Amino acid sequence: MILRRPFFYIILVIAALFVYFPLHGNNVSLREDLILVAIAIILASNLNLMIGYTGYVNFGHIVFYGLGGYVGLYLATVRGWNLVLSALVAGLVVSLCALLFGLAILRLRGAYFALATIGILQAVQAFVSNFDPWGRSTGMYLSFESYQPLGGAMRALWITYYLIIAVMALSMILSLAIKNSKFGLGLFAIREDEDAAVVLGVNATVYKAIIYSVSAFLPAVAGALMFYKNGMIDPSIAFEFMMSLEGIVMLMLGGQGAVMGAALGGGLYEKLRSYLLTSPTLSNFHLVIAGGLLLLVVLFAPGGLIGWFYRLVPRARKVIE
Amino acid sequence: MIDGLLVGAVYGLAAMGLSLIWGVMDVINLTHGSMIALGMFAMYLLFAALTINAYVLLLPIIVAGLLLGIVVYWMAVHWVVGRSMLMSLLSTFAVNMMVIGIGTAIWSTSPYNVNFTLPGITIGAYTFTGNHIAAAISSVVIALALQLFLYQTRTGKAIRAVADNREAAELMGISSTLVLTIAFGIGIALAMTSGALVSTLFPFTILSGATYQLKSFVVTILAGLGKPFGALIAGVLLGLLEGVVTPFIAVSWIPLIEFGLFVVVLVAFPQGIFGKRATA
Repeated sequence: MILRRPFFYIILVIAALFVYFPLHGNNVSLREDLILVAIAIILASNLNLMIGYTGYVNFGHIVFYGLGGYVGLYLATVRGWNLVLSALVAGLVVSLCALLFGLAILRLRGAYFALATIGILQAVQAFVSNFDPWGRSTGMYLSFESYQPLGGAMRALWITYYLIIAVMALSMILSLAIKNSKFGLGLFAIREDEDAAVVLGVNATVYKAIIYSVSAFLPAVAGALMFYKNGMIDPSIAFEFMMSLEGIVMLMLGGQGAVMGAALGGGLYEKLRSYLLTSPTLSNFHLVIAGGLLLLVVLFAPGGLIGWFYRLVPRARKVIE
Repeated sequence: MIDGLLVGAVYGLAAMGLSLIWGVMDVINLTHGSMIALGMFAMYLLFAALTINAYVLLLPIIVAGLLLGIVVYWMAVHWVVGRSMLMSLLSTFAVNMMVIGIGTAIWSTSPYNVNFTLPGITIGAYTFTGNHIAAAISSVVIALALQLFLYQTRTGKAIRAVADNREAAELMGISSTLVLTIAFGIGIALAMTSGALVSTLFPFTILSGATYQLKSFVVTILAGLGKPFGALIAGVLLGLLEGVVTPFIAVSWIPLIEFGLFVVVLVAFPQGIFGKRATA
């Protein structure tokens, strides 16, 4: 069914371009740029499942990425597991954690939920900073031998890059699939009016818990891959509150609720940010500019870039979802 | 432990600002933390320029906070009052990012402190630093003043009326826009004042506001919304808790305990410990 959506093929083309460009001429610096863009798209797309589809603001989304990184790195180095296996297990473990958190805090509505997610992020960070097997606040390092099974560090980096691109494509396909399913329709109903949705037979508690847990899976896998690639992890990098918030900026910028909106916002914001951070005069002001951008979007264009595009070309809604 | 009590009064003051804005206009003010940080730096700059008793400087900071609050209200908040919660969260958060960004550019993230000490008081084997006592007394005085303002003056009553029922208040001839502007101004003034008080106790950076913002959330949730005096008491309780547990466990565990408490209270008592159960 999803194969009949034109947008499915657009996603495949985007992913193919991500694979093709850096490979063409073995361009490592382009690869490093694109990997950040891909991570931004993964985070924004999965955040979209909560904010855009269900209408629940999650300020602590990054906690999944960081925890995934920790579990993945722990399995890959200390236990010596295969990379793909440890990333998948990390995703599963984190999803399970999310389900438990979700059952506790999803009874809260609106702003209370948003605040509780900040609480979860802080609590997990405090816990990991004091957790001995994960190296407390100094974190963990990857031993160089762990790259050996993949054929040395060079090849290992390329392999993780492809895996991350695959996760990016999966994130967008997942968003598309949920959007076009009955489950997605239930989520939209919760977003519009939770009480009415419950009256109409949507089991809101179960729906919310499932989507919270689903939105944790791919970011956790991406976190495991990314921290494996970086070779080290510590609590302040893994659970950076700022990054969680930037995810929200990306989503609002691109347009919440739309698959392409999340991806577009993620990609564009990441490019903008790396431009601002490297420019000598503006590097101190990247937060100011991001904040100003967010304010303008919220006040004047709540639909984001994609909303503006839909108004310009109404028929695009059918193709670009 | 007594120190915890005294610091707690300052937490309470910070939470009162958050609680007031939340209760009156149903907006969670995410600029709160950056305003606390601005209060710290306002105190630092004023004290460096004038070197007079730091607690006298609270007065200009309160006025500055009021004005700044009004500016922020018209810049970012007025347009999103009554729209979905997501919008007001995001717009106040955007202002927060801008303030923190500018602050980081000016002062970087290195620590500062206000070099001002009052003589301490010694009772038996214990010595209480003068700053802690003065900060606690200032907090209580300001809290009392706010309580009087809200319950005795016309404007204060108007604020409570708008918090209760905005449409009904409009029908009684209260200009809700004016009231919301004033309430937001007072909320920001409280945040800046508490920041200024904290700056006389501990060293601070431009990012410290976030810690106190989270503490304010915990306190507000504990106290229930729109209950300024409840916030003061809950703040003292939180300070006490910190004071009691610190000797037994590492300081780095404190956030975990606080936020565990926060989530538990949110889930178990959505109306706050001092709040009454919702009837709806």
